[in-house]
Amino acid sequence: MSESINTQKEVPELGFWRDPAKRAWVWQGLVIAALALLIYIVVDNTVTNMAARGLASGFGFLNTSSGFGIITHPFVDYAETSDYFTVFLVGLVNTLMVAIIGCILALALGFVVGIARLSSNWLVRKVATFYVELFRNLPLLLQILFWYGAVLKPLPGPRELHTAGDSVFFSVNNRGVIFAEPITGDGFEMVWYAFFAAIVLTLIVRYFARIRQMRTGAQFPVFLTGLGLIIGLPLIAFFAAGSPLSFAPAEMSRFALSGGVTIIPELVALLFALVIYTAAFIAEIVRAGIQAVSHGQTEAASALGIKPNHRMRLVVVPQAMRVIVPPLTSQFLNLTKNSSLATAIAYPDLFAVFAGTTLNQTGQAVEIMAMTLGVYLTLSLLTSGFMNWYNSRIKLVER
Amino acid sequence: MSNPSEHMGGIVNAGDLPDKPAPISTEGPVAWMRDNLFSSPLNTLLSILALFLIVWTVPPALNWLIFSANWAGGADACRANTGAACWPFITARWEQFLYGFYPAPERWRVDIILIVLLVGIVLLAFERTPLRKWIALLMLVPFPIVSFILLYGGMFGLPVVETSRWGGFMLTLVIALSGIVASLPLGIVLALGRRSTMPVMRMVCTIFIEFWRGIPLVAVLFMASVMFPLFLPPDVSFDQLLRAVIGVAFFASAYMAEVVRGGLQAIPKGQYEGAMALGLPYWKMMRLIVLPQALKIVIPGIVNTFIGLFKDTTLVLIIGLLDLLGIVQSAINDPNWSIKSVPYTGYVFVALVFWVCCYAMARYSRYIEAKLHTGHKR
Amino acid sequence: MHNFKSIATAAAIAGSLAATGVASADETLDAVKGNGSIQCGVSQGLPGFSNPDDEGNWTGIDVDFCRAMAAAVFGDPEAVKFTPLSAKVRFTALTSGEIDVLARNTTWTMSRDSDFGEFVGVNYYDGQGFMVPKSLGVASATELSGAAVCTNTGTTTELNVADYFRAQGMDYTVVAFEKADEVVAAYDAGRCDVYTTDRSGLAAQRTKLSAPDDHMVLPEIISKEPLGPLVRHGDAQWGDIARWTLNCMINAEEMGVSSENVEDMKGSDDPGIQRLLGVDGDLGSKIGLDNGFCANIVAAVGNYAESYNRNVGPDTPLQLDRGLNALWSDGGVLYAAPMR
Repeated sequence: MSESINTQKEVPELGFWRDPAKRAWVWQGLVIAALALLIYIVVDNTVTNMAARGLASGFGFLNTSSGFGIITHPFVDYAETSDYFTVFLVGLVNTLMVAIIGCILALALGFVVGIARLSSNWLVRKVATFYVELFRNLPLLLQILFWYGAVLKPLPGPRELHTAGDSVFFSVNNRGVIFAEPITGDGFEMVWYAFFAAIVLTLIVRYFARIRQMRTGAQFPVFLTGLGLIIGLPLIAFFAAGSPLSFAPAEMSRFALSGGVTIIPELVALLFALVIYTAAFIAEIVRAGIQAVSHGQTEAASALGIKPNHRMRLVVVPQAMRVIVPPLTSQFLNLTKNSSLATAIAYPDLFAVFAGTTLNQTGQAVEIMAMTLGVYLTLSLLTSGFMNWYNSRIKLVER
Repeated sequence: MSNPSEHMGGIVNAGDLPDKPAPISTEGPVAWMRDNLFSSPLNTLLSILALFLIVWTVPPALNWLIFSANWAGGADACRANTGAACWPFITARWEQFLYGFYPAPERWRVDIILIVLLVGIVLLAFERTPLRKWIALLMLVPFPIVSFILLYGGMFGLPVVETSRWGGFMLTLVIALSGIVASLPLGIVLALGRRSTMPVMRMVCTIFIEFWRGIPLVAVLFMASVMFPLFLPPDVSFDQLLRAVIGVAFFASAYMAEVVRGGLQAIPKGQYEGAMALGLPYWKMMRLIVLPQALKIVIPGIVNTFIGLFKDTTLVLIIGLLDLLGIVQSAINDPNWSIKSVPYTGYVFVALVFWVCCYAMARYSRYIEAKLHTGHKR
Repeated sequence: MHNFKSIATAAAIAGSLAATGVASADETLDAVKGNGSIQCGVSQGLPGFSNPDDEGNWTGIDVDFCRAMAAAVFGDPEAVKFTPLSAKVRFTALTSGEIDVLARNTTWTMSRDSDFGEFVGVNYYDGQGFMVPKSLGVASATELSGAAVCTNTGTTTELNVADYFRAQGMDYTVVAFEKADEVVAAYDAGRCDVYTTDRSGLAAQRTKLSAPDDHMVLPEIISKEPLGPLVRHGDAQWGDIARWTLNCMINAEEMGVSSENVEDMKGSDDPGIQRLLGVDGDLGSKIGLDNGFCANIVAAVGNYAESYNRNVGPDTPLQLDRGLNALWSDGGVLYAAPMR
């Protein structure tokens, strides 16, 4: 007993460099020091250079009025007299709009094409494959430029469609898609209340339907009921309030339509390009996800007598989602970042109006780029966060 | 039906059973169409829709591209027929599209590099090539350096060709290839760092990766091209192209790191434990045991990252570098060629070049993937 | 303990490195001489001002100005590297130090002069105009209420058009593109009713339209656009070099010195010409150059008239008359400070 203790004591103590734990701390210390050094040098250089070149710093410029017009500014009240912070908001809203609409449409199209890639129909399969292989392998910028040309060139001008003084309720021309502006009258808020009430009711129905299914096994058509409620209740409220909605048509002036709601062709072209490009990637993700579900799962489901469409919905897709969600997140992030290519076709997104025009007018490159990058980083963190949350919900629960 | 036992007192039926209809053919075009196109009402509808889509797009596209396109003559021929592609525009300019503004007497330098590159890629693509490992090493390390010296000149009596004169497809290749060569080792280091047991390393690498993955490449290029000197001491300056390449490489390295991390995660723990049991130190364990296995698995991912990088090189036109798309765009604006069909022809040409390159790489990546996929498939 | 030491050492190194990083601003001439060339920011393609030809060689009056500076500093008009910049990034490129001089048909305004750099003069007097398709049937800009206007983002044009329409109480939509070529393409495709930019720019871009004759320039000039080169703040010497390069070209025209007769003129008895060409006096060395810097400029690039006629004059596709850009003695406003 004592001998063995003695032999252990005879093992020489590890030298400083032989102990991995100590070495690790030294390395980490070095990394921290090097980083601190790098950051210090960069910051110091920037400050010195800015001072030497007489560049202004600080965020005071945000209160200065911009003086330029922006083609579209949904949800934000903007005029030439607005300040640069409003420009920032306009850019942010425009970026968010493209990102959100783009993600939803790309997901929908991607799912359809991904399932079409596995269709038993030869022709559908081949068309889907062709679509994926064509658009996945072309630079996005090229596609944006192409769609802008393809959307714009074939459309007639407003003067070829309408004569001055016309009231127009709907028009598609090379100035965009223009439709009459809906104007809500008194009592329209009832429709909104009914809408929210319907959502709450649907959730309640779903809750009780679940309890009933657990207890008796009988299913209740929650989806159809919910759909009926969400569409029906607001409709009833709308007519009960006396149809408080009117449409203000666009007026044809000498050159173009004024008034109404305009969806500019730049937005349409950008969405086309982003959605078609990203959907090609999502389609491959969906296909891979579905193929990753072991065939035994489908066979077992068949053996249990589950109907084919239920088999897909209840057995295959939930398992496929586990494979699909992580790469899907990257695609959503890519789409959001790629929306900054809008700058090539005059769509006023954050990068174009804020990191572009505003930067040019004020010259405060460091502040503006910091704000812009901050927005993109926040968006990507939020998207990642949301998708991680969703992923953890659908994750395989293991013992 | 009569009961056979009544006649023969036995089992055998004396008469013939009525003829059954011939079984439905499972061969031949009709059967194939029935199985693949019209197996159900929904499928029939889908087939008709798909057919309609094909008829609607393919013949006009082929007509525009080939049958009524202008193949010969100059700008005048195209001006007479604006309804179809104008290929003389490409033939008149193809040298510029390939070399940019690289001086004509020096273009042999580009040719040599392109040929070596092509031979190298072909040799690497085949698995039977002898000394494949060494060729790969040659292509990854000395080749870029030699290429740069050859392209830029200023040594061995070669006249200097400023990077501002580089352009076209050659510039696209320069940016994409140097981006990938630089991003691969950086990506590996970042991936190892992100899986490191040292908390500081892990944090630093994670922040670095997530930062570069979270910002748009346009912003990176913008900062690299016009803001970079702000961050440097006044007397230090880099070439603009070099800065763009560095930006692209950092951007790609973050994606590369994630790909490599996937490979590292796929290596069973036993491999690590085995290596450690043998007493291998960290770097030897990585170099000899883990990375060779991990990198082999992620070759498809690396190729896919490269495809993305290759397509993204077009964004350098936003900062004024004339890559293939940029130079075609500037050629389109030549007043002598201000014809309606010329911009489309130019864009289609660029699309064709990119598509052929990317598709070939994608096929290669899938081939490797299929080879590596040793699990049971159905 | 060990890592504290390494941090301390690193911090010390950082301090010393950063100290060497601090340099005074008026070293542009030395830096340029060290590099062997001037970095000049020009437009990405505006015929007449700065435009690369089929071979990638740059031409235009802004390009000539850059070459003149190279001739003044190095005696070699080719010792210049051109950085094509969009309107949007040009000032960032100048203030960050990416370029040494910005000659990119840039309008001299007070805020730009104070925020971004020091304008050294005017090499083209311009004004903003409107181009419309003839089929629109418009004769005056005052009829443009409700029109969609295509323009370049990051320009005074974008601001002027906002001011003009507001002042006139007219509605408008602005479609602002980054590159001039994109504006032309969009206007050509019918995205806008009106294309607005400097009138020289309108003349230049009109040549790129698919049917130039179907378009007309409206008579109104809605702004003053003195276009000139600028340099970074804080380096008086470099600013002087740029300023007197421009003045040299204008003065040379006024005194009748051109690239063809510059060698003969060196023997002239006129004391003004002698000073201009550095035969007499030490004007050049006052700004850190050869006394013959102006002779170098004129020999390499020519005087202002030569540059103008070669790039934008009546014999070029732009067909722009001298107009305001004639010498003061010929009814224009070109009036260079004397060199003495």
